[in-house]
Amino acid sequence: MNPNDNLIHLSNGQVLAKENIDGEIATINFGPTHPATHGIFQNILTVDGEKILNSVQTVGYIHRAFEKLAERRPYNQITPITDRLNYCSSPINNLGWHMTVEKLLNAEIPKRVDYMRVIVMELARIADHLICDSIIGVDTGALTSFFYPFSEREKIYELYEEMCGARLTTNIGRIGGFDKDFSPVFHTKLKEFLKTFPLAFEEWNGMLERNRIFMDRTKGAGSISADRALAYGFTGPNLRAAGIDYDVRVMHPYSSYSDFDFIIPVGVNGDTYDRFMVRQEEIRQSLRIIEQAYNNLPEGAFHGDVPEFYLPDKKDVYNNMEALIYHFKIIMGESAVPVGEIYHSVEGGNGELGYYLISDGGRSPYRLQFRRPCFIYYQAYPEMITGSNISDAVITLSSINVIAGELDA
Amino acid sequence: MQKMTNSSLSERLHSLFERRILASEELYDCLVIEVAAPDVFDIIQELKSESQLSFNFLTLIGGVHYPESTGQELCVVYHMHSWKHALRLRIKTYLSAENPRIQSITPLFDCANWMERETYDFFGIQFDNHPNLTRILNMDEMDYFPMLKQHPLEDATREDKDDRFFGR
Repeated sequence: MNPNDNLIHLSNGQVLAKENIDGEIATINFGPTHPATHGIFQNILTVDGEKILNSVQTVGYIHRAFEKLAERRPYNQITPITDRLNYCSSPINNLGWHMTVEKLLNAEIPKRVDYMRVIVMELARIADHLICDSIIGVDTGALTSFFYPFSEREKIYELYEEMCGARLTTNIGRIGGFDKDFSPVFHTKLKEFLKTFPLAFEEWNGMLERNRIFMDRTKGAGSISADRALAYGFTGPNLRAAGIDYDVRVMHPYSSYSDFDFIIPVGVNGDTYDRFMVRQEEIRQSLRIIEQAYNNLPEGAFHGDVPEFYLPDKKDVYNNMEALIYHFKIIMGESAVPVGEIYHSVEGGNGELGYYLISDGGRSPYRLQFRRPCFIYYQAYPEMITGSNISDAVITLSSINVIAGELDA
Repeated sequence: MQKMTNSSLSERLHSLFERRILASEELYDCLVIEVAAPDVFDIIQELKSESQLSFNFLTLIGGVHYPESTGQELCVVYHMHSWKHALRLRIKTYLSAENPRIQSITPLFDCANWMERETYDFFGIQFDNHPNLTRILNMDEMDYFPMLKQHPLEDATREDKDDRFFGR
C-alpha cells in the first residue's frame, strides 16, 4: 500500500484517520539501560513513526581498561581478565589465553588436555548459544522459551563448578593444562548431560524453529548480505548466517579440533531467523564434538610439562627444592618468558576471538590486544536496522548477540 | 590451486612491492612486514584486490607504543587474513610521537572504522580521511591517551604499595 493513500473502511467506504508515517521525526534513546539491550550500551534512534531513519551508537559504558591492566599483570593473572570479556562463554576466553601463552612458550601439550579443553569449550559454546537463542525468543514475546533452556544451562554451569569451583567467571584451567583431572562427579554429570540434553534441546527447539509466529517475526528482520558482513568484519555465527562458512576451528585448527567430525552450518539471508537457526545447529554439532572427544578421551596427563607456569604439586613444594623455587616464581610472577610476538585466535561464542601478544621477556606482556568479535561487528548495527521498525531493531540486537563485556573490554 | 606458505608469500610480496617493504620476518607462524606509513593504504588495497593473494579480511588494527625508539615511537599493526590460502599477514608501520598521522583504510574495509577509532582513543594516532575520528571507549572529556607507556596504571601518588615487594 502506498503510505500516502487514505485508509478506506471496507464496510462503509468512510475515510479513516491516517496512521501511517507522518513525517514527524522523533528521537528515542534505546539504551543504555533498556530491557532489550541486554547490556549497557546506547543507541540513539531517529524515528519517523515506527520507522528507523538513523541510529547513533555509544559504547564504552563498562570499559575496564583490560589491555592496560594486562600490561602490569603476570601472565597467569590475566586469565581472570579474559573471563570478563564474553562472560556467557568465559571458558573459551580462558582456554584461548592459555593456548596463546603456550604457543609463545612453544610448550608441548598432551593430547588429553586438548580433548578436555575441547569438551569444556564446546560446553561453553552450547551455553552461549542457549542464552542468545532463548533471548531472541523473549524479544519476540515468547518468555517460556527463556525458561526451558535455562534449566539445561544450569547443568553446564554445574559442570564448570565441578571443574573449577566457579560458574560465571570461571578462570578455568591453567597455562599448561588443567589444575585437576575430570572428577568422578564430573564424569557422572557429563554422561547424564549427554543423555538428557538432546531431548530437552529438541523440546525447546520445537517451540520456536517451525513456529509460524516466530518465523514471521524473525524472517527478513535485520538481514545483512554476505558482502557487507565480510566488509564489516563479521565472524562466527553471524557471518555464517549470511552464508560464509568461515570458522577458526576449521581454518586454523587448535587444540586438536582437526580430529573431530562436525559440520559448519550456514544460512542464506543473514537475517534474524538464519542467525537463530545457525546457532541451533551449532549446538547440535557441539554436542557431537563433545561426544567424540569424550568417547575417545586419551589416557595421559591432564597438564603439560610447563614448570615455569604450571604450579607443582603441593607435596613436592614441601619436599623438593626445585618445586619450591618454581612455586615461588609462579606466585610472585617471576616466570621466564621468551621475547616474541604472536597472534592466536579461537572460535569464541561470537566469532574469532584473538589475542595479539607482544612479549619483551618481562613479567607481564609488553602489549596485549584482544580481538573482540562483538566490538567489530556491532558497527554494522545501524546499517542493519535502518529502514526497519523499532521492534525489528530489538530482535536484531538480540540475535547478533552483543555482549557488553566483550564490546567494551 | 597451490596453497601458499609463508615463504612463498614472502617472495610474492617482495616481487610485488619491492622496495616498499622495509623489512620482513617470520614470527612464530605469521609473516610480518614493515612498510612506511604513506604506503600502507596502497599496499593493503593491492593485497585485497590482487586475485592470487586475496587478503580479503581485516582481522585487527592496533597500536603499540615504544617510547625508547626516538622518531618511531608509535607502531600501527594491521592483521590481514587471506581465507583463500588460510594465511595471516601482519603489517607494521612506525610513526613519530610528534606527528602520528596515517591514512585511514575505512574506504577499503568498513570494519576499520571502529578499530581506528579505538587506536586513536588509546594511542592518539590520527587517521586521515576517517569519517568520524572521535573517542570510542573512553569519555570524550579525557585529555590524554591512556595506553601510552608514560601513563602508569596505578595512581603514582600512592605510598601504601611498594612495587619492590610485588616483583615489579
